[in-house]
Amino acid sequence: MSIASKEYRTITQIAGPLVFVEKTEPIGYNELATVTMPDGTQKRGQVLDTSDDVVVIQVFEGTTGIEKAAGVKFLGETMKMPVSRDMLGRILSGAGEPIDGGPAITPEKRLDISGAAINPWARAEPMEFIQTGISTIDGMNTLVRGQKLPIFSSSGLPHNDIALQIARQSKVRTGEEFAVVFAAMGITAEEAQYFMSDFERTGALKRAVVFMNLADDPAIERILTPKLALTTAEYLAFELDMHVLVILTDVTNYCEALRQIGAAREEVPGRRGYPGYMYTDLASMYERAGRIKGKKGSITQIPILTMPGDDITHPIPDLTGYITEGQIVTSRELHRAGIYPPINVSASLSRLMNAGIGPELTREDHKAISDQLYAAYAEGKDLRGLVAIVGKDALSERDQHFLEFADAFEDKFVRQGTDEDRDIETTLDIAWELVAGLPINQLSRIDRKYIETYHPEYRKSE
Amino acid sequence: MEKHGTIYRVAGPVVTATGVSPKMYDVMLVGEEGLMGEVIKIDGDKTIIQVYEETSGLRPGEKVVDTHHPLVAELGPGLLSSVYDGIQRPLPVLMEAMGDFIHRGVSANGLDRKKKWKFEPTAKKGDKVSGGSIIGTVKEFYLTHKIMIPPGVSGTIDEIYEGEFTVEETIAKVDGKDIMMMQKWPVRAGRPFGKKLLPDIPLITGQRVLDTMFPLPKGGTAAIPGAFGTGKTVTQQQLAKWSDTEIVVYIGCGERGNEMTEVLETFPGLEDPTTGEPLMQRTVLIANTSNMPVAAREASVYTGMTIAEYYRDQGYNVSLMADSTSRWAEAMREISSRLEEMPGEEGFPAYLAARLSEFYERAGRVENHNGTNGSISVVGAVSPPGGDLSEPVTQNTLRIVRVFWALDSRLRERRHFPAIHWLTSYSLYTNGLNKWYRENVAEDFPDLRQWAMEVLQRESELQEIVQLVGSDALPDEQKMTLEIARMIREIFLQQNAFHSVDTFCPLERQYVMLKLIKKFSDQSSKAVESGVAVDDIVAMPIRNRLAMAKYEETIDDELAAIDKDMVNAFDSLGGKA
Ligand SMILES: Nc1ncnc2c1ncn2[C@@H]1O[C@H](COP(=O)(O)OP(=O)(O)OP(=O)(O)O)[C@@H](O)[C@H]1O
Ligand SMILES: [Mg+2]
Repeated sequence: MSIASKEYRTITQIAGPLVFVEKTEPIGYNELATVTMPDGTQKRGQVLDTSDDVVVIQVFEGTTGIEKAAGVKFLGETMKMPVSRDMLGRILSGAGEPIDGGPAITPEKRLDISGAAINPWARAEPMEFIQTGISTIDGMNTLVRGQKLPIFSSSGLPHNDIALQIARQSKVRTGEEFAVVFAAMGITAEEAQYFMSDFERTGALKRAVVFMNLADDPAIERILTPKLALTTAEYLAFELDMHVLVILTDVTNYCEALRQIGAAREEVPGRRGYPGYMYTDLASMYERAGRIKGKKGSITQIPILTMPGDDITHPIPDLTGYITEGQIVTSRELHRAGIYPPINVSASLSRLMNAGIGPELTREDHKAISDQLYAAYAEGKDLRGLVAIVGKDALSERDQHFLEFADAFEDKFVRQGTDEDRDIETTLDIAWELVAGLPINQLSRIDRKYIETYHPEYRKSE
Repeated sequence: MEKHGTIYRVAGPVVTATGVSPKMYDVMLVGEEGLMGEVIKIDGDKTIIQVYEETSGLRPGEKVVDTHHPLVAELGPGLLSSVYDGIQRPLPVLMEAMGDFIHRGVSANGLDRKKKWKFEPTAKKGDKVSGGSIIGTVKEFYLTHKIMIPPGVSGTIDEIYEGEFTVEETIAKVDGKDIMMMQKWPVRAGRPFGKKLLPDIPLITGQRVLDTMFPLPKGGTAAIPGAFGTGKTVTQQQLAKWSDTEIVVYIGCGERGNEMTEVLETFPGLEDPTTGEPLMQRTVLIANTSNMPVAAREASVYTGMTIAEYYRDQGYNVSLMADSTSRWAEAMREISSRLEEMPGEEGFPAYLAARLSEFYERAGRVENHNGTNGSISVVGAVSPPGGDLSEPVTQNTLRIVRVFWALDSRLRERRHFPAIHWLTSYSLYTNGLNKWYRENVAEDFPDLRQWAMEVLQRESELQEIVQLVGSDALPDEQKMTLEIARMIREIFLQQNAFHSVDTFCPLERQYVMLKLIKKFSDQSSKAVESGVAVDDIVAMPIRNRLAMAKYEETIDDELAAIDKDMVNAFDSLGGKA
C-alpha cells in the first residue's frame, strides 16, 4: 500500500503560508501535498522540511481557511507540469489550470517543474542577433537568442509597452518567429488586460502560452508561476524545437512572495529582509534561458521588474543584475521629457552583444559606432550638469558639440513610436547622422576605415 | 554488510542522519541513490551533512553510509583542459551519463582511469625519495607533467618502471609501497611545501592598467570587487587568457552558465602568448554555476585550489581565478543558516573571515620540497550587494589581499574599460616589484608610472574647479594637464578586451605607449609656454595617431614612427621659439 493515499489529521501548527504536520510516515523532501478542508475544498502545497518528527508544508493557495482538523495527503512525487503542443494559444492560471474556458490540457508529458540545471558543457553560445526594432536595444544593447535580458523599470513607466513592442517586433534575420510564454506574477487585472488585448489584436496569442497570477491571487502561488512557465518553455524549445521568448512580469512581486515565506519560516533574513538564498532562487529561474548544443530551439528571457523606490541597488534589481546577461534600464527623466521608449542607455548593458554583432551578423561598424555613441552621450550628459552652473558660453567649442549631441541623440535615436519597427541598418544610419555633428577628430572610438565607409561626409562625396 | 545510519531530517541541501559516528568532513553517501555529501557538523547523536546534489524526494528513514574519507581531489595527468563541477566530476562524463541537464546520483572520477600515459622515469632504483620528490615525467599536452611521490611517503626506490601506464597502475615501489601517478588529496587542507619566497616577479597579464599601474606578482593575491556588470568576469577571463603562467585554474563559482560556455568555446582557439599552444591545454575549468547545488559550490574553490597546488608542487606558476568569491560566501551562509548557527554580520557565519584568509593563505610563491620553485597567484572576484564595499565579504577580503582593483560603476557607464579606478585601486607589491621593472623593462619605468599617477591625481583636483567655473576659465597650462590626463585615460588605461590587437599589450609596448604620452606632454608644455593654443595642440594629427595606434596590426612600427615624427610635428605648430 503506498503512503500516497494515507490522510493525516495531525496538523499542529499553521503559520503564514506554512502548515506543520506530525506523526507521518517518512515523507520526501519537496514532495507535493494536498490539504483538504472539512468542506471538501483542496489546496496544494510542497514539503519544505521533513523529519521523523515534523513535516513542514508550504501551501500555494495560502493558508486562509485551513484549520487543524484539515486532512493532509502526500502525493509521493514532486510537482509536475503536464505539457503539450496544444498549450499554444491557451490561458492558464498562475498555478497552471486553464482559465480560458477551453478544455483541459491533454498532456503529452509530465515534467518536473523545478527544472534541472543545464550542464554547462551542453550549452551552446547565444549569438544570433534578434532585431527588436528598437534602436536603443538593437544598436547599443543588442539582444541575442538564448539571452536573459531584464527590463529594470519603475512604477508608472511604460515597461509594458516596451515588452509588448519587443514581443511583437522581435525577429531573427532568417525570419523565424518566436513562440511567446508569458507569465504574469501579481500584476493588476488592468495590466493583464492590456497584455491580453495586444496579444489578441496582433494575433500573437495563437503562438503564446499565458500564465496569469494576478494581484488578488494568492501570493504564494506566484512562487510556482515562473517555474510552470519555464517548464513549458523548455518543452517547447528543447523538445519541440521552437524559439521561445519568455516574458516574466513582475519579478518584484515574485520576490515579495519569497520574502513572505522566509518570514513565516522565521529564517534569518539577508539584505532588507529578503531571504539569504534569493540569489540562488532567482538564478535557478533566470538560468533556464539558453541554447543547447544540437538542439534547434532556444529560450530567450525578458523578465520585467519594478525597482522599489527607483533604487537600482535594491536587492531585487541588484541580484537580478548579477545573474542576467545585462539589463535594460528605464529612466523617469526621459519619460518626463516625453521620450518613448525612455531607455537609459548608459545604465543599460547587453553582455552578449559582442557575440551577436559585426560583419555578417549585423554590420561591421556596429561595435565601433555603438561605443562612440556611449562615450559621446556620456560626455554630453556630464556637460549638461556643468551648463546648469556656468552657462553654455563657458564651454569650449568642442564641448558645445557634445552638449548638442546629447540632445539630438535622445530626440532622434532614443525616441521612436510604439509601432515603429526600425531595422538595424536604419538604426545604425541614424547613429552615423548623429555622430556627424561631432568634429571628425573627436571620433576616437571608430576605426578610420569605418569612418571612410559610413560617415555621411564621406558618403556624400562618393 | 556495512553498518549504516538513517536519514532523520531533510531540509534543502542539509540532511541530518542518526546511527552513524563519522569524523568531521567525512564524505557520506546519502539515501538509496547514494548522493554524495560531507559531514559539516556533529551534534550529539546527530550528524549533519551538506549534500552536493539535489535532495528532492529524499525521505527520513533512507540509509546513510560513511565512506570514512574526506572529500579529495584526484591529482595526476589528465587534469589539463578538463571541465569539472565543484566536486571534480567531469561535466562531459556527466553529460554522457545523464544528458543535457544535470540530474543526480551519478558519480564520476576526476581522472580518466583508462587512458594510458607514457611515463619516463627520472629517478632510479636505490634513490632516496620523500613526499614531493620528482621520480619521472609525463607529457600532458605540451607541459612536462612531473610525477611526484605523494606527501607522507618516503623511503628508497625498490623498483621504477618505464612505459605506458594508467593513473592507477604501479610505476614504482618505495620501501615495498606501490606508487602510482594518481594522488588523492583532501581539498580542504593545503598541500605541504618547503618555504614561502618573496613574491618579487610580476605576473604579466598584458593589461596596461594592471601591469603598469597596479601590478600583481606571481604568488600574490588580488581582489576585484565591483557591482554587477562592471567587468569582473571580463578582467578575470583576460587574466586567464594572457597571464604568463604555465597553468590557469578558472573557478566559475555560482555564476552564469553561458560564461562557462564562452570559455569553452573561445579558449581552445586562442594561443597561449608565451608558448603559442592552445590556451585550453593549460587550463582547468571548474564550472559550478549558480543553479547547480550550493554545497558543491561551497566545495568548488577548494577543489580548484588543490589542483593549483598540485601544479605548484611541480615547480610551475599557476594563476587561479575565482568568480565569484561572494557566491562562495553565500553558499556558506545558506548552509550555515540551515544549521541554525548563530549568524554574524549580514547573516554570514562567524567563521567567514577565517575561511577567506585560509583560502588566500594558500596562494604564494614557494620553494617546494623537491627544490623547485612554484607559485599560485590568486585573483578573487567579489560581488558586493548594491556595489557597497562596506559589506562583510569585501571588507574581510580587503583585509587579506594585497592588491585591490576597484571597479567603478561610473566608469562602466562611460564605457571606460577596464573600469578599474586609478585613484582608488592599489597594489601593496609595487615597491617590491620596482627592481624587477627597472632591470627588465626600463630604468625609468617606476618614475614613468609615478608621473602618470600624478597627472591623474592633478586632474581630479582640477575637475573640482571645472565643476564650478567651467574649463574655459582655467589657464592654458592647466587645460593642457587635463588634456594629458585624458590621453592617459583614453589611450593608455582604456583597453578593449574584445579588440584583436588591443586585448593584449606586452609590457615593453606598455612602456613605449606611456613614454610617448609623456613625450607628448613635455612637448606640449613647451608649446603652451611659447604661446600655442591648447586647442591646436589637441587637434594635431599626431595626437590622433597616438590614440588610434593601439588598434593597428602594425602597432609597434606605428609607435616607432610616432616617436620619430613627434618633435617635428610640434615644431611645425610654430609658436615663438
Ligand atoms: N576590458 C573590457 N573591454 C571591453 N568591454 C568590457 C571590458 N570589461 C568589461 N566590459 C564590458 O562590460 C560587460 C560586463 O562585464 P562583466 O561580465 O565582466 O561584469 P561582471 O563584473 O563580471 O558582472 P557580474 O557581477 O554581473 O558577473 C561586458 O559584457 C563587456 O561588455
Ligand atoms: Mg561576472
